[in-house]
Amino acid sequence: MTPMTEEQHNLAVDNPKMTARDVKVFYGPKQAIKGVSIDVDMDHVTAFIGPSGCGKSTFLRTLNRMNDTVASARVEGAITLDGEDIYAPSMDVVQLRARVGMVFQKPNPFPKSIYENIAYGPRIHGLAASKADMDVIVEKSLRRAGLWEEVKDRLQDSGTALSGGQQQRLCIGRAIAVEPEVILMDEPCSALDPIATAKIEELIHELRGRYAIVIVTHNMQQAARVSQRTAFFHLGELVEYGVTSEIFTNPRQERTKDYITGRYG
Amino acid sequence: MAEHTIKAFDEDIDRLRGLIAEMGGRAEAAIENAMLALQRHDKVLAAEVVADDKRIDAIEAEVEKMVVEVIALRAPMANDLRDVVAALKIVSVVERIGDYAKNIAKRVPLVATNTRTLEPISLLPSMGQVAGEMVHDALNAFAARDPDLALAVVERDTVVDDFYNSVFRTLVTYMVENPKTISECAHLLFIAKNIERIGDHATNVAEMVYYAATGNTLPDRDRGADIQVED
Repeated sequence: MTPMTEEQHNLAVDNPKMTARDVKVFYGPKQAIKGVSIDVDMDHVTAFIGPSGCGKSTFLRTLNRMNDTVASARVEGAITLDGEDIYAPSMDVVQLRARVGMVFQKPNPFPKSIYENIAYGPRIHGLAASKADMDVIVEKSLRRAGLWEEVKDRLQDSGTALSGGQQQRLCIGRAIAVEPEVILMDEPCSALDPIATAKIEELIHELRGRYAIVIVTHNMQQAARVSQRTAFFHLGELVEYGVTSEIFTNPRQERTKDYITGRYG
Repeated sequence: MAEHTIKAFDEDIDRLRGLIAEMGGRAEAAIENAMLALQRHDKVLAAEVVADDKRIDAIEAEVEKMVVEVIALRAPMANDLRDVVAALKIVSVVERIGDYAKNIAKRVPLVATNTRTLEPISLLPSMGQVAGEMVHDALNAFAARDPDLALAVVERDTVVDDFYNSVFRTLVTYMVENPKTISECAHLLFIAKNIERIGDHATNVAEMVYYAATGNTLPDRDRGADIQVED
């Protein structure tokens, strides 16, 4: 519907990790995403913000083909990872989702031990040749997820016995374990208390640069805190995409301004 | 501008802007009355200006407290954030403007009546009027979020500077020719300097208004000969 204009897409990304061009998503006859073009890079955390139903989560899910699991969903346009079309028939979706990991709103550890939660992915992807290899992967992943010190003495305890914040960090560790290149987070803190949220935010900060990170959040303060790039979605359109500090102090689009200042609606 | 979904936010902003409007009005009146007191050698009016400055200081403190609260409780963003930050900066500048007016008023009893014949004293009221109007327009620009009016204030600063340079030269000439007038002339020189500073501060306010309204800072301008120290 809306062609990409310079105003909307006011951010030049030199070395994009992922690109989307004129992406449209339909759920049956209903169009949820109306031609979104955006580049996501390695060096910055990108936040997607917007009111409920704006399409930000739907769009996020196109980036690792999670919408494939929705029977009525149809995706048009082009999305690439390192220049490779992720919707190409030759694309191995399982492999894609290892490269583009995802963390969900509610922590969803497997009902297995902490160790197994991390080891599961590397095992099915054949990343560990031995038990010793796997031990290394588990420790490294849990350390990167900021959880190692808290769980190292009880790796055989159930993952579901952890607190909500710990479970979410376990899920991030699980995503990290398969050496992804991109991590998508869909409101990763909305079920967590402020302290657990702060730990996740600190973790995002530490993971930045190692992975391309895209986070969908309802909490604008969170977007302001964790991201360096912010994209504002509204009614299935990408209204504005820019440097976070500029979006929150001097947005170019009236709709962005109304939303972030609390005048929306 | 559209209202916030949270109405109390609009009420906070309105109250903040109301306080700044009052403060600006008081600073303007202080300049006007200080100059009037100087012209008429009216020590009573001068004393009133000094006393009224307390209210300006009180408003500054009130606005500071409110801005901190608004930032803490409302987490303002974008133009709202620029607005409250500008409010915080503007009140500290307007407080300074009030101090300069007070300082002028304090000098009124020290400038003896025999200086009525001094030429610079006839220049000072016009200079004070321009500076006062700049303060008035800068605050109006804030109230109306009007970047063009703010720009017009910034451009007028050179008028006050020119006045100052003219007064400076005249006073120096007087002092050289008649050393008996040195004490009065020194006070008048400080008064001229105070007015010149008021013009500068009004310009600062206008620059903040421009930023708050547009999100862009004004480009550096050639301030010209701000101070000409000759001889």
